[in-house]
Amino acid sequence: MKLSGAEILWECLVREGVEVVFGIPGGANMPIYDAMLKYPVHHVLVRHEQGAAHMADGYARASGKVGVALATSGPGATNLVTGIAAAMMDSSPVVFITGQVAAHLIGGDAFQETDVTGITLPITKHNYLITRADEIARAVREAFYIARTGRPGPVLIDICKNAQIEKTEFVYPEKIELPGYKPPRTAPKKDLIKAAQMIKESKRPLILAGHGLLISRAYREMQELAHRAHIPVAMTLLGIGSMPASDPLNLGMMGMHGEAYCNLAIQNADLLIALGMRFDDRVTGNLKTYAPHAKKIHVEIDPSEVHKNVVVDLPLVGDLKAVLTDLLPYVEEARHDEWFAQINEWRADTDERDIIYWPDDGKLYTAHVIRSIWEATNGQATITTGVGQHQMWAAQYYRFEEPYRFITSGGAGAMGFGVPAALGVWFTDKSRDVWVIDGDGSFQMTQAELATIVQEGASIKIAIMNNHFLGMVRQWQEFFFESRYSATYLSGPDFVKLGEAYGIPARRITKPEEVMDALRFANQTPGPVLLDFWVEQEEAVYPMVPSGADLHNMIRRPKRQQVASAQATS
Amino acid sequence: MQHTLIAIVENKPGVLNRVASLFRRRNFNIESLNVGHTDRKDISRMTIVINSEEADARRVEANLYKLVNVLDVHDVTNQPAVIRDLALIKVKAGIDQRAEIANLASIFRGRIVDVAAESVIVEITGTEDKIESLVELLRPFGILEMVRTGQVAMLRGGYEPVRHTPGAGSNGFHPEEELEVD
Ligand SMILES: Cc1ncc(C[n+]2csc(CCOP(=O)(O)OP(=O)(O)O)c2C)c(N)n1
Ligand SMILES: [Mg+2]
Repeated sequence: MKLSGAEILWECLVREGVEVVFGIPGGANMPIYDAMLKYPVHHVLVRHEQGAAHMADGYARASGKVGVALATSGPGATNLVTGIAAAMMDSSPVVFITGQVAAHLIGGDAFQETDVTGITLPITKHNYLITRADEIARAVREAFYIARTGRPGPVLIDICKNAQIEKTEFVYPEKIELPGYKPPRTAPKKDLIKAAQMIKESKRPLILAGHGLLISRAYREMQELAHRAHIPVAMTLLGIGSMPASDPLNLGMMGMHGEAYCNLAIQNADLLIALGMRFDDRVTGNLKTYAPHAKKIHVEIDPSEVHKNVVVDLPLVGDLKAVLTDLLPYVEEARHDEWFAQINEWRADTDERDIIYWPDDGKLYTAHVIRSIWEATNGQATITTGVGQHQMWAAQYYRFEEPYRFITSGGAGAMGFGVPAALGVWFTDKSRDVWVIDGDGSFQMTQAELATIVQEGASIKIAIMNNHFLGMVRQWQEFFFESRYSATYLSGPDFVKLGEAYGIPARRITKPEEVMDALRFANQTPGPVLLDFWVEQEEAVYPMVPSGADLHNMIRRPKRQQVASAQATS
Repeated sequence: MQHTLIAIVENKPGVLNRVASLFRRRNFNIESLNVGHTDRKDISRMTIVINSEEADARRVEANLYKLVNVLDVHDVTNQPAVIRDLALIKVKAGIDQRAEIANLASIFRGRIVDVAAESVIVEITGTEDKIESLVELLRPFGILEMVRTGQVAMLRGGYEPVRHTPGAGSNGFHPEEELEVD
């Protein structure tokens, strides 16, 4: 049967199980949009292509399925770029489909021609420029396969307009032929035995739990390893959820804004078992002084990550689920009570400093708001965030018991991720309780997608931690630039009126006693709700490892008495 | 030190660009990069020479593996390999210098492939050292123009290619048994 290239595209998307796509039409992808009407795929019309990219990304992170975003050529495609880079940095499987000018016009600076495969080369796992209809089916088949296997990542298919229109025989390529693409499976047995031996000999072991555990669905195997050999677990930002927050072995988040006892555990461990994490500078601090006493085992599917930032003693290259499954039979039961006693001592000191245990002093702190959201959602919500202080506080104070509930832009740190990602998450399961914990700055970068949320009738609760600042940058200015606040104050807008303009019920909260009532209002109101929390403007996220500093040299939370006296004198 | 890597790649549009872009993005410095056909129409072969620390050479290798169109990578540094470079050198030469130049060239198993009134072109194939020695000897005559292909390399018969990247090569899985997501 002869089909147009655009029809072939949809035939293939349907076969890949695609149910929803996010995008905006334009001159160079109109045949794709026209053919779409015949297929059982729901299209979400976004207001800016960055939104489409983050939605597809949020969808992918929350479900493990491949997300799909569409854009036209030129500016449509370039608007995707931030979202593609964010998906790349966080290994998220997204297929991007862009329209391109007709093949005979390529290279001639035609209207809305941009070299999109060139631009996205370094921020995609792979990309395709399609000039003929008969190339489409194979490209789509391969793109989905590459996006979701191995170390997942974004794949872009740029389809010339003539290829969308041309008719050709449609043959679905059942078999994938990618001779150069062979993700590793599992580590050699002798290395697994060696790893088990290293674990057995260790007195102060520590698991570093990364995003790979969620991507590979290997978190249960990791938990089993931790419990069997009595090993504490430190999580990266994206590893959050790989172990329940309530598990006594769980030390919480590591790194720049990780808990002090967690970072101290890293610096004092004699064995690090790094699982699906890449020793990013935000988690290691100064590499020269990083984990100086520890032997290191690195389980990682991407060989180029091995020895990249930290030279390790034993790399186990393979899929985490396979490697851990194969490793577990060799791991013996053990106890590390002394090691835990030491960590708990550090932990007590942290707890004493923690703002969350402060009594109500009449001020509205972001940490308290987030803890209240946790209570009001029974700890069961899926949280997306922007980037900044609120993101770090969300990681610290919303206690995640399950994986795939904390969806945040880690590697790229893309402000504006929260609102669109939440809509993507909602499409994975419309009964899901989805909350955005956003910053006033981040929110404004993609707030246009409120219209998309309303148009889709999505029940998403948006809580803006409004400190009237680009707070994280302000904090760095306070700490490292002698409080010279350069271009970080944000004067508005009135988010309540803004919400109402979009038809979203909205409220402003300025006092601690109003918080629970507002959260009840959000829970009881069907559909989207916007809450504008006017939190303390100049709070800082603690602890903090200054960029490039030693991991153990944290700026600690001020002790309570010190804070109290500082307030008394001010 | 110098590292010489062989990359076997699919002969598809843009592959060279992908490799070159990788070097730029990861800040690897390449000394020379040679691309050419193989006995198979669908496969090309690259010889990549980089001047770097051991660790960086490993990173280049691992990153090359990540490219979907790269089929195999191996390292011929310090391996029993035939390594060759070809140079064309246009030398200033009147009638009186031709014989002397031809003589020098022949000592290095080079030869004159073009003669004009005021110049000759010498062709020489060999290792870098050999070519450089001849170039130094020809320099006094006046070198007008020169081009080199960059190194090409091939492991000698009877030796196994050396692959450093863990998990690369034999360990791959087939599409039919792809990872299930539950
Ligand atoms: C797109 C983008 N631009 C700039 C930055 C740099 N940046 C990091 S955090 C931050 C401030 C974020 O402000 P807000 O969203 O209000 O969060 P807060 O820190 O106040 O909680 C900025 C500007 C970024 N991460 N992303
Ligand atoms: Mg802010």
